[in-house]
Parts: sequence; C-alpha cells; structure tokens
Amino acid sequence: MSGFAAIRSAFGSATALFPFLTAGLPTPADSVRLFEAMAEAGADGFEVGIPYSDPLMDGPVIMKGSEIALAAGTNRAVALDIVGEVAKRTGKPVLAMTYVNPVMQTGWTQYASDLAERGGAGIIVPDLPLQESSELAAACLAEGLGLVQFVSPTTTDARIGRVADANPAFIYGVTDMGVTGERTSISPHVASLSERVRAQTDVPLVLGVGISTPEQAATVKNLADGVIIGTVLVRKVLEAENAAAAAVALKSAVAEFKAALS
Amino acid sequence: MKTGRLERPDANGRFGDYGGSFAPETLMPALGELADEFERAWNDPDFKAEYERWLANFVGRPTPLFEARRLSESLGVRLLLKREDLAHTGAHKINNAIGQALLTRRMGKPRVIAETGAGQHGVATATAAAALGLECQVYMGTVDIERQALNVQRMELLGSEVIPVSFGAGTLKDAVSEAMRDWVRTVDTTHYIIGSAVGPHPFPWMVREFQRVIGEECLTQLGSELCDVAVACVGGGSNSIGLFYPLLETEIELVGIEAAGEGIGTGKHGASIIAGRPGVLHGTRTYLLQDDEGQVMEAHSISAGLDYPGVGPEHAYLFDSGMVAYEAVTDLEALEAVDLLSRTEGIIPALESAHALAWVSKNAARLAGETVLVCLSGRGDKDLQTIARSRAT
Repeated sequence: MSGFAAIRSAFGSATALFPFLTAGLPTPADSVRLFEAMAEAGADGFEVGIPYSDPLMDGPVIMKGSEIALAAGTNRAVALDIVGEVAKRTGKPVLAMTYVNPVMQTGWTQYASDLAERGGAGIIVPDLPLQESSELAAACLAEGLGLVQFVSPTTTDARIGRVADANPAFIYGVTDMGVTGERTSISPHVASLSERVRAQTDVPLVLGVGISTPEQAATVKNLADGVIIGTVLVRKVLEAENAAAAAVALKSAVAEFKAALS
Repeated sequence: MKTGRLERPDANGRFGDYGGSFAPETLMPALGELADEFERAWNDPDFKAEYERWLANFVGRPTPLFEARRLSESLGVRLLLKREDLAHTGAHKINNAIGQALLTRRMGKPRVIAETGAGQHGVATATAAAALGLECQVYMGTVDIERQALNVQRMELLGSEVIPVSFGAGTLKDAVSEAMRDWVRTVDTTHYIIGSAVGPHPFPWMVREFQRVIGEECLTQLGSELCDVAVACVGGGSNSIGLFYPLLETEIELVGIEAAGEGIGTGKHGASIIAGRPGVLHGTRTYLLQDDEGQVMEAHSISAGLDYPGVGPEHAYLFDSGMVAYEAVTDLEALEAVDLLSRTEGIIPALESAHALAWVSKNAARLAGETVLVCLSGRGDKDLQTIARSRAT
C-alpha cells in the first residue's frame, strides 16, 4: 500500500487521532518507545516532528522540544530513521512534519525518496503553502507519499477549492489563529471552517493547533475526520523525569483523547 | 544601464529565483490583501501625495548629499555622504515605517507590530505609530535590548511596548520570528511593519518602494555628473536596495557591504550572500547562513542591524545577475571607520553605516580620484555603549 493510501485508510467511522511528537525527544535512543506507547493507547497515525532551528509555526513548547532534540543529536538522518522505525514498529501511517528549508536543501525528490524508503507515509510542511508546493507534490506523487495541505479560518472558499483540487492526503484545518500551543477553550472559528471545507470536498479533514484537552477534542469530533494533538504531548515529555515516565504519561494522555473521540 | 532591473516581482512574488511566499496558511490571505492594497495605494495619487508630505514635513526629506571634504582629502577619493542619519529618528528606517503606517491606517487596522535589531526600525515604527495614532508593540532580542538600551527607552517614551525575545541568540532573527508568530495570531487587526526588504511577498517589494526615495534623491542631487561608485551596508538590505534600485538605471558601480564580523573564516559573521547559499528564511527564498542540513545558523556582527543570517531576496537576484557587487568588512574595520568619520567630519555614523564607509577607506587606493557615494544610513548615538565596550576589551 502506498503512503498516501495508508494515510487515507486511517480514517474510519470514529474520528482518527494523530498524535504529534518531535523526533529525538527526550533523546534519539528513547524516541521510538514513546511513539510505541501512544500506539498502544490507540493512536491511528503519527506526525513526527523533524527538529528545526526556526520553527515559525510553533509556540514555545514545541520550540523547546525542537531545541532539545537538536542538541541531543537529532539530525536529518536520525530523525528520518525514527520516522521509519515508528512506522515499522507500530504499523501506523507516519507523516514527517518538517519546515521547508531542510527539504529544499536535500532536494524535493531526494527528500521524498529518503522518506519513502524508510517507510514514511507522508509529509507536512507548514511554511510551504499551496502555490509553492507543486515541486514537492510531484515528488510525493512519484513516491506514493501523501502531501498534506493546510486551510485556516482566514482561508477563502475559493482557496479551499484549490486545496481540495490538489487532492492532499488530508486537509490540515488550523482551528485557531496563531501558532501551536494549548488554549483554554476551543476556537469559535472551527465549526464554520469545517462547514466550509465539507461543502466543497470529501478529502479527509484533520483539525489541529490549539486542541489541548480531551474535552476540547470531544467538542470537535463530529466536525472532522481526525484530530492532531501536539503541544500537550510534548509538554508531558518535557515535564517527565525520564523516558519511562514520559511513556506512561503519553500512553494515558493518548488513551484519554482516544476515548473522547470514540 | 544595467539590464534586468525588475520593476516588480512576478505574480508569485519572485525576483528571478528568489522571494516568494513561504508563510503559514493563516497569513496567506493577509499577504494577498496586503499586496493588492499596497498596489492600489501606490497607484493612488492621494496616498502618494500624503506619503510625500509626511516625508517632507515630518521626516525632513530630502536629506542632504554632503561632500566630506576633509576625509576626501585624506583618502584621495571624492566622498559624498547621503545623510539618512539626518532623517527624523536618525536613520532611513522612518521612510518605510511612515509608508507602512499610512497603509495600515488605510487598511483600517488599529495595531502595528515590528521587529527590531539595532532599535532604529523599532523607534521609527513607534514614532510613526504615535504620529498616526496606532497601537504599537515591538519585538526585540534580549541581547539587542542590552546593547541598544537607549533605543528601548525611546520606544517606550513614544508609547510603544518593547517585548523581549529570549530564545535563540536573542537577536534580530529571533525578533522577526516572534513578530511573525504574533502576526499569525492577530492578523485580523494588526499589520506587521517589517523593517527590512525581507519576509514573504509583498514585503521585499513594498519596503523597496518605500525606500527608493533614497536613490531617487541622490540622482537629483548628483545631477548629470553622477558618481563612479555607490556603496551601502547590507543586513536585510533596506537602505541599500533603496539606494541601488534607482541607480540600476545608470552606469554607477554598485557595492553592497555585508558584515564580516570577526572574519569570514571564523564563521562569526553576517555575510549571507558571500558565505551563504540559497534557502528559505522568514517566508522568502534568498541567500542564507545555514549548515549542510538546512538548519539556520546564528549570524554575528558588532552592529545589531547587520546581525542577520538572511538578506532581502532582491539582493540575491542582483548578486546572481552581477548587477551589484557584494563584499564584507569586519567589526574592527567598522569601528575604525566610526572613529575616522567622527574625527574628520564631525559625524558619528551608526556601526551599520560604518561598514560601507570602512570599505571605501580600505579600498582608497583602487578608488583614487573617483567620486564615491556612501549611504550614511543612520547615526551612531545608539552605539556609544557598544563602542565603549569594544575599546575596553
């Protein structure tokens, strides 16, 4: 099965849960077991953050995670190996979440083939908007990888149409204005965003950015095919005393989110 | 005349291979609206007239083109200084800040944000915001807050809030990133007045348009004699693109001066064009200081305004096409140039502008007998602490 197909197959009757965690946290050696713990708790797929020096779309928690992972030696090869290892051990579709510059430096086709070779299913690039993405889209198509495209509350209906026409693996719906991070309440924009996407396309819609609690996840579960949670998980790893404690914390957090979505 | 000058970037915001809009989706509609609104405003005679009135009556333009006779004599080069240091607030940054603040008012947004390195753009934006009744917050790295304390006080006195940015190196790159993060959250009510010719389309183009007054005035002031060489410092590159763009239509040799910091070989510098390679930073494709895997590296320069690992995309284009030459001078050379100009002409230049001046003094032999125009982009009061500290070590 292609990466694209594997991602699509993660969407079933219940709202799918895609946990995000930075590769190499707390160390490269301990990283994969954290994903395994989340798989055991019912994760349907993963977003693995490739650590980057200038994560423009991320708030302080994920920035911190990225900094720690880089300092621990999580370079591109190590991070992509973690993507592959997570895919192999969990059997779930794994998407690499990276910023555009490292992909551009590797080369669009080289990066796509490196990712596909290791068993990655797709790629998410938050600073590569639709109109700049044709080269990476072609590279992903050639490797069977799923490229994700974004919509946000500010995206016009016409642009949502163009995003849908690109047939991404899923549409990442940014629920709230702003960068990644926890919020005290769910964004008021989310219902209308979901409605506007649904009116135009059947491409799966996955909501992310600012979904911080199982209660918040429950309120959006009928508005989307999937939900991404990230900051809350990275924070648990940063707060944990060691990798074993982090695995326990992640497992129970993911189980709670999973229950809220079912 | 040099061929290949681009009146404006293409539909995708590109200057040749550089530029574009590598920004989060949330900002894409705002960037599109900004490009449209800027284009309408710039073609609207009323807007342009108002901008020009502000430049004349508030900024104090045109700024003089001053012949530095004593220094000319000692260098053996006829040296002309474009006195942007005499513009209101003490640097060229106000040209752009006023323009974008007027545009903000036209768009009906009540709040502006800005990033600042040396503090000059922060002060210019705080000034424009006060003059036009806009709320203003300025992001500034903690390292820069320390080395530019005077400008922090000025911004606060002008009614703006200075927000410290402590992650990364605590310098300009981090301040830009944090301002962009703010903007992703507040784009409905806020305009981001970016201070240099960097960032996603339409910023590099818009900032150039608001700064081209520098070069246009020079052409008028020079008259038919022109000059042989025109030199400006390049961090993000707003004073230099403002000077160069109108001069691209002449035979004048153009030279952009980057920060060599402690020396290109030491890796501690801000010479993105000379020592970097193309990549994406802050929404634009341009020359960039980065490692083999595309991680952005920290820049270094004694001058906060040149302490940036990227450069405006139009400079990248001008470099590739050979229309402008780019060179670099070190911290020490810039410090020497501060002394030189202060003592021979009674003008204390900003450390940024001193880089351009240092290049002339370094190359005086090859420039002998020529007329060289230097963009004195800002005044040096803000740097006194840094200069004193460098003397102590």
